[in-house]
Amino acid sequence: MELLDNLALGLGTALQPQNVLYCLIGVVLGTAVGVLPGIGPTATIAMLLPITFSLEPVAALIMLAGIYYGAQYGGSTTAILINLPGESSAAVTAIDGHEMALKGRAGPALAAAALGSFFAGTVATVVLAVFAPPLARAALRFGPAEYFSLVVLGLLASIALARGSTLKALAMIVLGVLLGTVGQDIYTGTPRFVFGVRELYGGLNFVSVAVGMFGVAEILRNLEDERARTVVVEKVKNLWPTREDLRRMVAPVLRATGLGSALGVLPGGGHVLAAFASYSVEKRLSKRPEEFGHGAIEGVAGPESANNAAAQTSFIPLLTLGLPAHPVMALMIGAFIIQGITPGPNVITEQPALFWGLIASMWVGNVLLVMLNLPLIGLWVRMLTIPYHILFPAIIVFAAIGTFSLGFNPWHVYAIAFFGVLGYVLIKCGCEPAPLLLGFVLGPLLEENLRRALIISRGDPTVFVTRPISAALMTLAIGALILAVLPAIRRRREVVFQEEL
Amino acid sequence: MNGKRAVTDILAGLIFVAFGVAFASTSLTYELGTPLRMGPGYFPLALGGILVLLGLGIAGKGFIPSSGAEGRFGSVPWRALILIVVAVLFFGLTVRGLGLVPATAVTALLTALASYRTGILAALAIAAGLTMLCMLIFVLALQLRLPLFGPWLPFSF
Repeated sequence: MELLDNLALGLGTALQPQNVLYCLIGVVLGTAVGVLPGIGPTATIAMLLPITFSLEPVAALIMLAGIYYGAQYGGSTTAILINLPGESSAAVTAIDGHEMALKGRAGPALAAAALGSFFAGTVATVVLAVFAPPLARAALRFGPAEYFSLVVLGLLASIALARGSTLKALAMIVLGVLLGTVGQDIYTGTPRFVFGVRELYGGLNFVSVAVGMFGVAEILRNLEDERARTVVVEKVKNLWPTREDLRRMVAPVLRATGLGSALGVLPGGGHVLAAFASYSVEKRLSKRPEEFGHGAIEGVAGPESANNAAAQTSFIPLLTLGLPAHPVMALMIGAFIIQGITPGPNVITEQPALFWGLIASMWVGNVLLVMLNLPLIGLWVRMLTIPYHILFPAIIVFAAIGTFSLGFNPWHVYAIAFFGVLGYVLIKCGCEPAPLLLGFVLGPLLEENLRRALIISRGDPTVFVTRPISAALMTLAIGALILAVLPAIRRRREVVFQEEL
Repeated sequence: MNGKRAVTDILAGLIFVAFGVAFASTSLTYELGTPLRMGPGYFPLALGGILVLLGLGIAGKGFIPSSGAEGRFGSVPWRALILIVVAVLFFGLTVRGLGLVPATAVTALLTALASYRTGILAALAIAAGLTMLCMLIFVLALQLRLPLFGPWLPFSF
C-alpha cells in the first residue's frame, strides 16, 4: 500500500523528538491564542513567521500548522465558558455550548468539543493523505493558462463563500492584487509604485500586510470599547459526558466530519463556514430542534468537529496547487517561501518527508491537543484573566521586532502602521480583510501567469477558454461569481450565517 | 423612505476610487506594451480601472437611502490610533540608530499608553517587562543579530 508507506514516512518524520517538540509548541500557542479573544491565529502566525526563518523547514511548518488547528480547539473553550468566541469559527459553539455551561454542564460541552474535534481531525488527516497525491499529479500538467484560471477561480470562489457584500469583497481582492504589484516587475525589472524608495523594490512584505490588517486593526477595534472584561468562570467539574450525551454526539460528529472535510477544501469557506453549516444541518435533522439554543450537545459536537475537519482539509489546495484557501493558508505559503520551497504540486515529489511529515504531524498534534485540553482546562481558563491592556502592547512590539528581523527593512515596519490604519477603516466600513490578503498573495501569480500565457499563445486571449482544463476552471469561476451575486442565493447565504445568531 | 445614507459605503467606495486612480495614473508613467507583450504598466492600469468602477458602485449604493441601522461609522479610539501608529513608526525609524533595547522600550511604552486603563506607572512597568521579555525571546533564544544599543547613543556595543 503506497498510502501506508507514505504515512509511515510521515509518522517517522513527525515523531522525531525535535518535530514533536515544535508540534507541541505550535498547538500550545494555538490553544492560547484560540482561548484569548482578540488575537486570532492569522495575526499570531504572521507575527511568528519571521521567527521560523531559523528553524528547519519541516519543524517550522509543523509548528505553524499546529497554531492554526490548535486555535480551533482553544476557541471553543472560551466560547463555552464565557460566551465569547475566542476564534471566529467558535461563534456557533457559543450558542449551545454556553447554555450548557450555564446549566452546570460545561465539562461535557468541553469534552464533546474536544472529542469531536479529535475524531474529525483524524479522519480529515486521512482524507488529506488520500486526495492530495492524485490532485498534485493532475496539477503538474497545468500550464500558465490553467494556473491563471485556477487563481481566478480561487479568488472568485472565496467571495461566493465569504460573508458580507460581494461588491466590497471584489474591490478588496482587486486592491490586494494591486498592492501585490508594488516592487520590481518580474519581466522587465522596472520598479513599480515604489516612489523612489529603494527598500520597496522587493515589494511590500505580506507579514506587514497581515499583521497590520489582522493584528493592529483588530486591536484598534477592541480599544473602541474598553469595558472591563469581567471573567467569572466557575470551576469545571464532571468533565465526562454521560452515556446519553455520547449517544447523541455520534451522528452529528460523523456528519460534521464529512461536511467539514468537503467545505474545508473550498476557497474562502474553510472552518467558519463549516461550523455554521453543520449547526444548521443538525438543527434541521434533530428530533428535538427546540433544544437548539438551550444547550443541545449536538450543537457543540457538530460545529466543533466540522471546523476542525475543515481546518485540516484546507491544506489540500495549498499542498497540491500552491493555492491558499484563506488567509492562514496564504501565510503558510509565506512560510514555505521563507524556507526556499515553492508550494505547489512539486512539493510532494521533491520533499516527500516534508509533505508527509506535515500531514502526519496534524494527527500527532490532534493527539497532543486532546491530552492538553481536557486535563489542563483550568490552566487555559486562568489565561482568560490576563488583562487585554497588557496583551495588546505585547502583540504590537512582537510584530514590530519580528517584521523588522525579516530583512532588516524599516519600510516593512512602517507598512504595519499603514495597513493597520487602512485595515481598521475598511473593516469599519464593512470590508472584510481576508480577500485583500488573498489578492495580495495571489496577485503576482495572477499577473505572471496571465502574461506568460499570452506570450505563449502569441497574444491570443482565447487561450483561457480553448484549453479544456482552463475553460472548465473559468466556467466554475464565473459560476462562483454568479452564485455570489444572485439575490436568492445571497439571501440563503446570509441566512446560513445569521439565522442562528 | 426615511432611511439614512450609508456613510460606510460611501467612505469605502471613495477609498477604493482613490487607490484605483492612484495606481492607474501611476501605471501610465510605465511602459504599457501590448496585450501580447504586456509592459509593466498594463496589468495595474487595467486593475486600477476596475477598482475605480467597483469603488463608484459601492459609493453609489451608499447614496441610496435604506432603513437599515447599519451604515454608521461609529466611534474611533483616537488616542489608541495615534499612539499605536506613532509607536510603530518610531520603532522603524530608530531601531537601527538607537538599537533594539531603547527602540523596543519606547515603542512598548507608547503602545501601553494607548489604553485608557493604563496609567503612566503601569505603562512604565509594562514597557520594562515587555522589553526584557523581547530581549529574552529575540536576542537570547532566537539569536537575532541586532545591536542592543545603536550608534546614535554615546555608548554602543
